[in-house]
Amino acid sequence: MNQSDAEIVQFDNVGLRYGTGKEVLTDISFTLYPGSFYFLTGASGAGKTSLLKLLYLSQRPSRGLIRMFGTDAITLPRDRLPGFRRRLGVVFQDFRLVQDLSAFDNVALPLRVAGVSEKDILRPVSDMLDWVGLGDRRHARPATLSGGEQQRVAIARAVIGRPDMLVADEPTGNVDPDMAFKLLRLFEAMNRLGTTVVVATHDVHLIQKVPESLIMRLDKGRLSDPTGALRYPPRRAAMGTRPRGTTK
Amino acid sequence: MNAPPIPGAPAAERTAGEAGVGGGLAGVRASLAEQWRERTGGADARMLPQARLSGPMPWVMAIMIALTVIAAASGLALRNTAHAASADLAGGVTVQILSAAPADRARQVAAALTALRTAPGVAQAAAVPQDQLNALIEPWLGTRPGDDLEALPIPALIDVRLSAGAGAQQIAQLRRLLAPVAPSARVDAQASWLSPVFGAIGALQVLAATLIALLAAATAAAVLLAVRNALGSNRVTIEIIHMLGGTDSQIARIFQRGVAADAAAGGIVGLGLGIVAIALLRRSFVALESGMVAGGGLGWIDWLLILLVPLGGLALAVLTARLTVLRALRRML
Repeated sequence: MNQSDAEIVQFDNVGLRYGTGKEVLTDISFTLYPGSFYFLTGASGAGKTSLLKLLYLSQRPSRGLIRMFGTDAITLPRDRLPGFRRRLGVVFQDFRLVQDLSAFDNVALPLRVAGVSEKDILRPVSDMLDWVGLGDRRHARPATLSGGEQQRVAIARAVIGRPDMLVADEPTGNVDPDMAFKLLRLFEAMNRLGTTVVVATHDVHLIQKVPESLIMRLDKGRLSDPTGALRYPPRRAAMGTRPRGTTK
Repeated sequence: MNAPPIPGAPAAERTAGEAGVGGGLAGVRASLAEQWRERTGGADARMLPQARLSGPMPWVMAIMIALTVIAAASGLALRNTAHAASADLAGGVTVQILSAAPADRARQVAAALTALRTAPGVAQAAAVPQDQLNALIEPWLGTRPGDDLEALPIPALIDVRLSAGAGAQQIAQLRRLLAPVAPSARVDAQASWLSPVFGAIGALQVLAATLIALLAAATAAAVLLAVRNALGSNRVTIEIIHMLGGTDSQIARIFQRGVAADAAAGGIVGLGLGIVAIALLRRSFVALESGMVAGGGLGWIDWLLILLVPLGGLALAVLTARLTVLRALRRML
């Protein structure tokens, strides 16, 4: 298999600085493969959120090369960005729910943006809200939801469009352990269907619950590779459990 | 634990298979309504509640539209006044017989009338009756019992209508025609007396057009400021929609709908206010009972143009909103 066909994201010597400050990310190089499950770990301030911003195309790097879905994402014309973003599902650390919309409308937002008709939105959004335990809060505005409920709405919104890649920044930080486990099962289920999942977290217990996951660790803006996630083929594949979605 | 409801896909595919269930006319109608909503930006509206601008925006639009309607109506009425007056005066010529001696004046009037009535290009020639002349000068000279106005050396007037316009060449021809038979005749084109009035009317029309242009610019500026303000207060939401793959056009349409709603409400109120003002002005001018003002009414085409003012304001506001939003969004990633 051609390597470039298999990759979903490739970072090559990427650096990021905000304004004229020092680099918050330095010499970041890695490749994400379709159907793989990655955890991004690191201490607070290590650069996890900055790296995720590059992944979900909210920030352009100061240097280096980023390829996404086989295309140079740095020189990508602005009018092609929406098409790329629709292939991504993002769970923001601060949820970023639209305060004027109900839980239902927030979850439906990616489908509406993608032009899905209303009659095709009702059932999947209702099912998703039921599953995350918010079926009876579908009309509630974010301000009236607890932190955990808002987080579940944010996750439901991220996965409702069945993205090619799911990027989640501390997605279980505000929910109880049972709900955290349940949400993790959702990510795994999506991963089994071919979605590449990248979860930034501090939670070691969460990582241990996905034994097949690959771990990337950020330390002061530099990436390390405790599980061979950055190798090609990734260590897990070398051990006989290839990243899902790749073919021999 | 239940299996996660893996979404997505399915949305379109799943319901494509279910489409026939609802079937029938109601289904077709709902589908057409849905398509219409999506084509006209209705689907975008569900991404955000109606992006209303700021509170005073409809009132600002109402004031702008009312002023524009009044300016437009004034400009059109002035144009009609000028047209009516110039049509009345286009072929009009006044011949004054200035002779002081009544008998000689009467002889020259008769000779001039004979010459004029047989002259080519003259459609009509008639002496202005003495009682009309007396009425004309009465406000200046007054009348008392015993006064003999006819004894005054008042010029006799002959009202002439030319079949063509009363240009300089025609006036010169009339002067040559009358010189032998009525040596004291003075020939003037009636339009020349009113040329300063026509000049003033033209200047007022230019003023009305300038006012309309300035009001349009002010409307655009007001919309621009309101949209910028709304963009600032909705910045987070816009970023979220961007992050979810929303296009600039989708976001712009949300704001366009908000502006359109405000402009439509303001336009209706402004049109109403403007029409009331026009009606009051019309009543005041009609009370003047001036012949010239009477020609300045508004025709149905004029009213049609006035009714287009709020539509023009709406189009201008929506276009301004779209351009403002798109320009602002280009600065975002």
